[in-house]
Amino acid sequence: MSTRRTALRDRPRALVYALLAAFLFGSVFPLYWSFVIGSVTSQRAIQTPPPLIPGGHFFDNAARVLDRIDFWSALANSIFVSSVAAISTVVFATLAGYAFAKFRFRGNNALMVFVILTMTIPPQLALIPLLKEFSNLGLTGTRTAVILPWMVTAFGVFFMRQYLKDAIPDELIEAARVDGCSMIRIFWTVAVPAARPAMAILGLFTFMQAWTDFMWPLLVLQGSDVQTLQTALDQLKIAPGQGLSDMALLQAGTLMATVPLLLLFIATGRQLVSGIMQGAVKG
Amino acid sequence: MTERSTSSSGGTAQAAPPDGAHPPGPPEPRPSRTAPRITLRQRLSRLDTKVSPYLYVLPFFVIFAAIGLYPMLYSGYLSFFSWPRFGAEHGDAVGWDNYIHVLQDPVFHKAFWNTIGIFLLSSVPQVIIATLVAALLTTNLRWKVGWRMSVLVPFVVAPAAVALIFGSLFADKSGLINEILSMVGLPEVQWHSNRLASWTAIATMVNWRWTGYNTLILLAAMQAIPRSLYEAAAIDGAGTIRQFFSITLPSIRPTLMFVIITSTIGGLQIFTEPRLFDTNLQHQGGSNYEYQTLAMYIFNTANSATDPYPRAAAASWLLVGLIICFALINFLLTRAVQRRSAT
Repeated sequence: MSTRRTALRDRPRALVYALLAAFLFGSVFPLYWSFVIGSVTSQRAIQTPPPLIPGGHFFDNAARVLDRIDFWSALANSIFVSSVAAISTVVFATLAGYAFAKFRFRGNNALMVFVILTMTIPPQLALIPLLKEFSNLGLTGTRTAVILPWMVTAFGVFFMRQYLKDAIPDELIEAARVDGCSMIRIFWTVAVPAARPAMAILGLFTFMQAWTDFMWPLLVLQGSDVQTLQTALDQLKIAPGQGLSDMALLQAGTLMATVPLLLLFIATGRQLVSGIMQGAVKG
Repeated sequence: MTERSTSSSGGTAQAAPPDGAHPPGPPEPRPSRTAPRITLRQRLSRLDTKVSPYLYVLPFFVIFAAIGLYPMLYSGYLSFFSWPRFGAEHGDAVGWDNYIHVLQDPVFHKAFWNTIGIFLLSSVPQVIIATLVAALLTTNLRWKVGWRMSVLVPFVVAPAAVALIFGSLFADKSGLINEILSMVGLPEVQWHSNRLASWTAIATMVNWRWTGYNTLILLAAMQAIPRSLYEAAAIDGAGTIRQFFSITLPSIRPTLMFVIITSTIGGLQIFTEPRLFDTNLQHQGGSNYEYQTLAMYIFNTANSATDPYPRAAAASWLLVGLIICFALINFLLTRAVQRRSAT
């Protein structure tokens, strides 16, 4: 603790806490509102004045959500799709990032520039032909179709390269070579242990990105029984009956779809924060 | 650059790696010139060193070629053809007809301005608030980690969920915002039929989800500023506000630009929020296309009856053109600002 009393940096005042508390309120209130509406009856949800304290009907509403959409299979699909995407991206991005960070091979710079350039391509460009290809291959309506675009990301390769550049001393690799280690063995015994923190962060991020993705799964899964949590919310909204106006039902479903990531956030929030801040400094 | 070649030491390795540890690779076409008599093991080891880096980057390029590059080029090709009804393959070449059709489509015009409007309403306040909150977080706070985590809460709520939650807050009838407005005696706003109001509602969703994320990125940049700069300024009598404008802001400019450009690329592709904000089942973004965005236009075109894929592909390329234009404008503006401050 500094004793200097010069700048705001050193001595936060009540005003700083008040502003941050206001921001926190704005960040959390919509979730609270969702819970309030999701826990009152459909009639109460549209009465004036609007409810501001949770009611006792959340489980009734949740039961109606389960009636209307196949929530559990959507949850299982989301978990499966996001996990495979995260693992695949971490494996391929670590391999490529390690090669780019630590080896000088012919064309390495040009290839890395190419990787960075691909990050600027909007995914929409690939969307339509992919949809057409997948429908020709009979892949539409499958979890495979949802996963494929997430197999590896250019951002992942870039992120791992930036991290591994400083994380592994060149001497260590050279020493292992002198001892007669094969390249793949060096990767396993030197690179992977050093890369572990970055791999965890990349995995977490990819998991969240794949989990929250909406447009692609909506496009390839439309009209099929296979849904992710996000597209299931779309179905809940347009479900026959009074889906559009039944706010209690919609909010209960929204909350049910949000809880898994909130739990993940409670468990890994620290890593997520430091990952974003690291990525910012390095990127 | 700390990259150094480690491959030169490979040839001097005394022993070859254990069996089975080699990644499979194509045979080396040309024989080694440097060492005339080397054992097979040494040769294998050298091959390993040369080929392995390529094998490690190969999966990325193979996957990218299949799901990125090829579809992208194909969408360019496709945009010049017709598409038979219920067909599996494209029909005759039609030149620029698809582009002309899209460019003359009044819905496309609406979607174009909606996209730009929503983008501006979401990116400008977002960057400003994120910078201010980041500055607040650099102060010597209690519960530092807690505050940082708290700004990230909205980020873990998926856009689809965000859209449904805010759809309830911004509901035309009995939505919380309208209830509050009428409680304080203001007229209720038709969030779904007033064009500007619908843009505001959708931009609010984007701002809510992304401001905290950008705050953390800017916070990281602010923490990298040497403390001595602030101490010197304080000795010179510069107050907090003065320090913020003459030290903090100039120092974080590159990061600020990064945030602005990424929010540009993301903002122009907005899809989920307007799609789920819609209260009619045609998904056209409001009864009179008040908030249909370009990404929605592409999606709807791909599902339409006439030339679905070619027209959607043409619209995709037009969207990309727009994104490139905005990125260029950002880039040129940055350069101009930097030049002016350098002289």
